[in-house]
Amino acid sequence: MHVTVDQNRCCSSGQCVLTAPAVFDQSEEDGLVLLLQDRPAEALHSEVRTAAAICPGGAISLSAGQEVGA
Amino acid sequence: MNTTDLNAADLLTIPADRGGCPFDPPPSYRKDTSVSQVSLWDGTPCWLLNGYREVRAVLTDSRFSADARHPGFPMLIPGRRELLTQKPSFLRLDDPEHSRLRKILTGDFLIKRVEAMRPGIQRIVDDTLDAMLAKGSPADLVAEFALPIPSLVICDLLGVPYEDHGFFQQRSQRLLDSTSPAGSVRQAVDELTEYLTTLAAKSTEEGGEGILGRLAARGDLSAEEIASNALLLLIAGHETTANMTSLSTVALLQNPEQADRLRADPSLIRGAVEELLRYLTIVHAGLPRVALEDVELDGVLIRAGEGVLCMLSTANRDEELFAAGSELDVERDARRHLAFGFGVHQCLGQPLARAELQIALETLLRRLPQLRLAVPFEELKFRTEAFVYGLRELPVAW
Ligand code: HEM
Ligand code: SF4
Repeated sequence: MHVTVDQNRCCSSGQCVLTAPAVFDQSEEDGLVLLLQDRPAEALHSEVRTAAAICPGGAISLSAGQEVGA
Repeated sequence: MNTTDLNAADLLTIPADRGGCPFDPPPSYRKDTSVSQVSLWDGTPCWLLNGYREVRAVLTDSRFSADARHPGFPMLIPGRRELLTQKPSFLRLDDPEHSRLRKILTGDFLIKRVEAMRPGIQRIVDDTLDAMLAKGSPADLVAEFALPIPSLVICDLLGVPYEDHGFFQQRSQRLLDSTSPAGSVRQAVDELTEYLTTLAAKSTEEGGEGILGRLAARGDLSAEEIASNALLLLIAGHETTANMTSLSTVALLQNPEQADRLRADPSLIRGAVEELLRYLTIVHAGLPRVALEDVELDGVLIRAGEGVLCMLSTANRDEELFAAGSELDVERDARRHLAFGFGVHQCLGQPLARAELQIALETLLRRLPQLRLAVPFEELKFRTEAFVYGLRELPVAW
């Protein structure tokens, strides 16, 4: 899984941080989404999918993404 | 594509009376189709959106505007268009202005920052409950518990000095009470605005606590702008959280086996609050928007200038998303609910609302295991006429 975020679409709801704190964070200043890792381990996929589904700005995109070197 | 004209259809009263069960959305909000035509009190036609998918689609589509100054914007009750100002809060503005103003406050509602507020909220909840217990059983849970908590939390958050809490709380309660006469509401708004403007000016000179202090320190906002932000937080975050607290308490008292599950495993409280938000959907009258361009939705043509109402309450019972949606199930994964809205206007205060609800409900269940209604359920006075659903009072005993 490959994760990307688009800060231009983010409205700082914090839903992603609440749902998948190992993958998403927020900037101190204005709460915009920060990506902590773009290829989360398998065990995190389900919560990342939930985060993408409930992000009110549609700021989180997931793609199947080839593993690097694979 | 269906191109029927949006003409005078079903007259819809908003907010509407609930049918049999006070927890279920009013029957008149439920239509057979996900997009249906209704007419508002003054005969204006409007589209009613019932389905989860359609509500989400509209709330994330910039071709629909939240700016009530557009002529076709749905006005749900008489007298509202006259109240419109040329300086609306960001709740009623579109991007980019909306986003510019919202960003002034987003830093105060970071998940991390709200987590750090939990011990303070716990203290407020415990003190409020102590005071209610000291007065003795029976008590009105709305006046003694549900309302004071968000009021005290917002005072702390804004940086209102402790000695002014009484003044502040009294005015905000008058402001938020739908039975207050219009003149008294206007007076409360004026007094609060004056108070907040003075406090903001003082913070600018001497430095201050909380959001008021922080906004004053930026140096680019006038005292009036700071006061209007503070007033928006007060209005948006007070009655909503209070009504969720009292309605959730009744829902749990009516479903004692679910309350028992929460007592047995307090770690369920986070998920339970999401389910209660979904099940109760207190912003029940629907979020109004107006189409800026022609848009096709579920095969229906919505024309530029036509109004739509996004019914969160029925969307949150959509069986495609929530099986057996008219039942409360505190162990359901309800995180996809729309009780805080969706899209760029999704509730700014949601992390705080969640923390307050989780702490208030967990504390109530733990400290008052004998809590019960002091009147029969049928005699409870629900506020079907208010835009934010709730209870007028909630007599409880323990
Ligand atoms: C359970 C409690 C709450 C519920 C159910 C709730 C619900 C909502 C909903 C549905 C909206 C979207 C309105 C729209 O799109 O037209 C909203 C917006 C908003 N809420 Fe809340 N709210 C709650 C608590 C709070 C709290 C505690 C605060 C702040 C202290 C707050 C501040 C706001 C603000 C500032 C907005 C406007 C956001 C924007 O337009 O960008 N709310 N709320
Ligand atoms: S859920 Fe979406 S809108 Fe909310 S903070 Fe995360 S990326 Fe931003």
